Amino acid sequence: MPKNSSRRLKKRSLVLEVSDLSFCAKEFLKKASMAHGVSGYEFMNAKAVVEEAMKGLVDEIRSDTFGNVIGYRKGEGEGERPKIMLAGHMDEIGLMVTKIEERGFLQFTQVGGVDPRILPGHEVIVYGKRPLTGLIGVKPPHLTPPEEANKAVKMWDLAIDLGLPEEEVRNLVSVGDIVTFKRQVTELMGDVLSGKSMDDRAGVAVILVALDNLAKYKVQADVYAIATTQEEVGLKGAITSAYGIRPDIGIAIDVCHAETPGVPEWRTAAMGKGPAVAKGANIHPKVYEGLEKAAKELGISIQPEPAPAATGTDAWGIQITAEGVATGLISIPLRYMHTSVETLSVGDVEKAGRLLAAFIASVDSRFVKELTVWN
Amino acid sequence: MKDLIKKVTEAFGPSGAEGSVREVIRKEIEPYVDEIRVDALGNLIALKKGKGGKKVILDGHMDEIGLMVTHIDDKGFLRFGNIGGVNPFVALGQRVYFENGTMGVIGSERVDDPKDLKLEKLFIDIGAKSKEEAAAKVNVGDSCAFYQPFVDLGDRVVAKAMDDRIACVVIIEVLKRLKDAPHDIYAVFATQEEVGLRGARAAAYGITPDVGIAFDVTRTGDTPKARTMEVSLGGGAAIKVKDSSVIAHPALKNYMVKVAKEKGIKYQMEVLEAGGTDTSAIQMTKAGIPAGCISIPCRYIHSPCEMVDMGDVEACVLLAKALCESSLEF
Amino acid sequence: MELRELTSLAGVSGGETEIRNAIMKELEAMGVPFETDIMGNVIARKGDSGPKVLVDAHMDEVGLMIVHIEKNGFLRFWPIGVPPSVMVSKRVLIGKDKVPGVIGAKAIHLQEPRERESVIPANQLFIDIGAKSKEEAEKKVKVGDYAVFDTEFEELSPGIVKAKALDDRIGCAILLDILKEDWKGIQLYAVFAVQEEIGTRGARVAAYRVAPDMGIALEGTVCADIPLADKDAYATKIGHGAAISIMDRGSIPSKTMVAQIMKLAKEHNIPVQYREATSGGNDAGAIQAAQAGCPVASISVPCRYIHTPFAVASLADMKAARDILVLFLRSVEGGFRP
Repeated sequence: MPKNSSRRLKKRSLVLEVSDLSFCAKEFLKKASMAHGVSGYEFMNAKAVVEEAMKGLVDEIRSDTFGNVIGYRKGEGEGERPKIMLAGHMDEIGLMVTKIEERGFLQFTQVGGVDPRILPGHEVIVYGKRPLTGLIGVKPPHLTPPEEANKAVKMWDLAIDLGLPEEEVRNLVSVGDIVTFKRQVTELMGDVLSGKSMDDRAGVAVILVALDNLAKYKVQADVYAIATTQEEVGLKGAITSAYGIRPDIGIAIDVCHAETPGVPEWRTAAMGKGPAVAKGANIHPKVYEGLEKAAKELGISIQPEPAPAATGTDAWGIQITAEGVATGLISIPLRYMHTSVETLSVGDVEKAGRLLAAFIASVDSRFVKELTVWN
Repeated sequence: MKDLIKKVTEAFGPSGAEGSVREVIRKEIEPYVDEIRVDALGNLIALKKGKGGKKVILDGHMDEIGLMVTHIDDKGFLRFGNIGGVNPFVALGQRVYFENGTMGVIGSERVDDPKDLKLEKLFIDIGAKSKEEAAAKVNVGDSCAFYQPFVDLGDRVVAKAMDDRIACVVIIEVLKRLKDAPHDIYAVFATQEEVGLRGARAAAYGITPDVGIAFDVTRTGDTPKARTMEVSLGGGAAIKVKDSSVIAHPALKNYMVKVAKEKGIKYQMEVLEAGGTDTSAIQMTKAGIPAGCISIPCRYIHSPCEMVDMGDVEACVLLAKALCESSLEF
Repeated sequence: MELRELTSLAGVSGGETEIRNAIMKELEAMGVPFETDIMGNVIARKGDSGPKVLVDAHMDEVGLMIVHIEKNGFLRFWPIGVPPSVMVSKRVLIGKDKVPGVIGAKAIHLQEPRERESVIPANQLFIDIGAKSKEEAEKKVKVGDYAVFDTEFEELSPGIVKAKALDDRIGCAILLDILKEDWKGIQLYAVFAVQEEIGTRGARVAAYRVAPDMGIALEGTVCADIPLADKDAYATKIGHGAAISIMDRGSIPSKTMVAQIMKLAKEHNIPVQYREATSGGNDAGAIQAAQAGCPVASISVPCRYIHTPFAVASLADMKAARDILVLFLRSVEGGFRP
């Protein structure tokens, strides 16, 4: 992908060629998916991967008590500038060691919502004194009675096998050590990628695409691009960073369910047809309208996502922080959420990033004033 | 310390009605602190001034689980709602007491299948023969706690409300023993933890500390065929890695382990799969506070017979004191 | 503004436009200053000195959101606060234009005997607006529109009313009414809150902004004094006065505030009862949690059948709630502190 090509702006529409971008979403996604950062322990390398990618796209990068990565991009013009916060969570679900059993097997619990049924036959990495490969195995089929074979296994019936003697395990591993899924990214047909932690490193990717695209526009707003932490265990990074920043507008970028066999179509979004944009109680109507308008002007198709109540994303936490924030939510359609083969279309990520940039550019002081006007 | 544990655990104080236990604790700490106040949610907050170091919260909750009277029926039986997590199997057959001294026992409607036992099928019998007689002693809205005296088993002691009065005792001991700590220590004896960490949330907001250390009980895995749990009675002060409400700040957690090792204090690592603590409320204050927790291993939590090990309690005091005296740079 | 009008207006959680506009118009007509915040709460103000007292009523009601339009013109919906057992065979009004629709399901003749044993879940129900195709339907409604139950306000017998949304338009009515009075010894913040039914969201933000010294939530509350319920588990009873909360899942009220309310009620012969339940939750929980916390209490009007297409309440209970609230606020002006 050409990195330093000159930028060609089409005057009629603001649709950019993908080759114009200096930031490559696909490469970042691959790197980010394989990085490790279970909720609370995002510094175990996911944080560094994000910080590296954000360099050059913002004016300053800092971190806070919760380990959020906060990139600050100053807006133009004097006086009070609108403050926009972007939130994509960089934490992933994982496991934690709860006990070292005899013969060195490890018992474990989940960090975030892990479907125990994905675990049998999975390879993991146990972060003890050094990273150790672990296996979550099950009884061989030959020794499993038929009625047991069909029963979903419970987490407390599983154990991690490190293939090491007990004494060495006790030396290298402690109760409380973090365990992540070992999974390479798979490039499927077209621009479809599959890997772990696309929820929500894809959201972080969208933010980086947006930052890259902001160079095209005159942007009045100060932008706080945040790779948030601990979303999977309570939206914690988003809530605390929003409190610290007190933005006028907060846009969360997360993932939503893409069409899957066996699930009624009306409960999912289509993959590859552009990002989903939520509307409902968690979303400020003027933010939704602004996103809708920006999409139209860019010629990007979006899928309106009805969200009657809780969205289960950082937007839910940001909205009621302190005196309130006008929130929006952009979601990337994703299949097999909370497995290690989360599947999405890179094109959706790029479109979402461009949409976000256009929306940010459209926000001026008047837009912010109108947010508290209701009629 | 056993006398103090007896005094504090036997005090009355279900969530929302902590007045009595607050007074007991206040009397204990008055000689050892510089300022005392009670905030809008009834938290007892004491400041032991340091020498311009960090603002540190030590938090333990004063409230215990209990029951609130919702209805007095025509025959003088009391119906109730739970205050905090009350298991109907644990409640059945227990004695309860009200702040004014009225005592009662918990009975049940007819239940053919034990699986059908629910709190709605239980009632409190205070021995009244009519609605009027009952209403003369208790009011709708009154709270009661489980009644059990403190028992000394030697190395181990048993009482109701060890959750979380044992933590209050640990903090009281720290206040007594601390001399010349560099930091401003805010001892928060919090209210309403059992119904949603409410007191700690308000107190932490009001103080906005640099560091928060909560103290609560945690379960053990050392009883017959227990659910997996690494923590054991006698294993030392439990340093919390995670519970269902919070992931302890990793750097602070590691620092706690370091200090325990340096001072030769017995410790064990704790991962609690079910159960939340004030640690979370402190952590989520404003733009975030680094927070951790020292847990006191405890068997039979949320029963009237909670058991702790005196060695573990002492270890918790020593670790907390050592942390208060240390740099707290992590 | 009459209860008839207040309850007829539409305002499902997240879509409170119509009810909010009407309340703002009424406040303007009354000459009471107010502000709106970023979530859409309306915060009215009276009184310049004394403690900050936040009195709250929520504008939102339970209802439905249209989430999908089928190819053949049927609408799929998601309930917001409505239990599945009351939805089938009811009439709704959708969106700004109040497009009429009916909630249909498989006719009983076409159901298997086993199917008849369970409540029909929301994802097997649909709304029929008479459209024969998706295109036809899209001329009238769109995904994201809110639907309310089409329930007419009626006085069933003298002083006993039936309407939708008594929870919590009855609280809004009381709040508007007390704003007619002069308040001098308290700084009264009257919050008409949004999004209570999906988690006391509006009140949280409003209370943070106000940082009150104490708070009172006005509610339409559970009342199960019907044959289906246990005689000892009614929670509240119609006609027995204002319901004063002892505890719910969101807050434990201040015992001194409750004692003061009960004392004033006795002294002034205002009928009151305890809300004999500990389940449920309301904006008081959100108000109590604001900043460094404040004591709260809840004063409610018993409403049979809340969270369904209609509710029933007694106007005498509503008056009692209003009267005890005023007495309590006057006592705060007179020096009472929780």
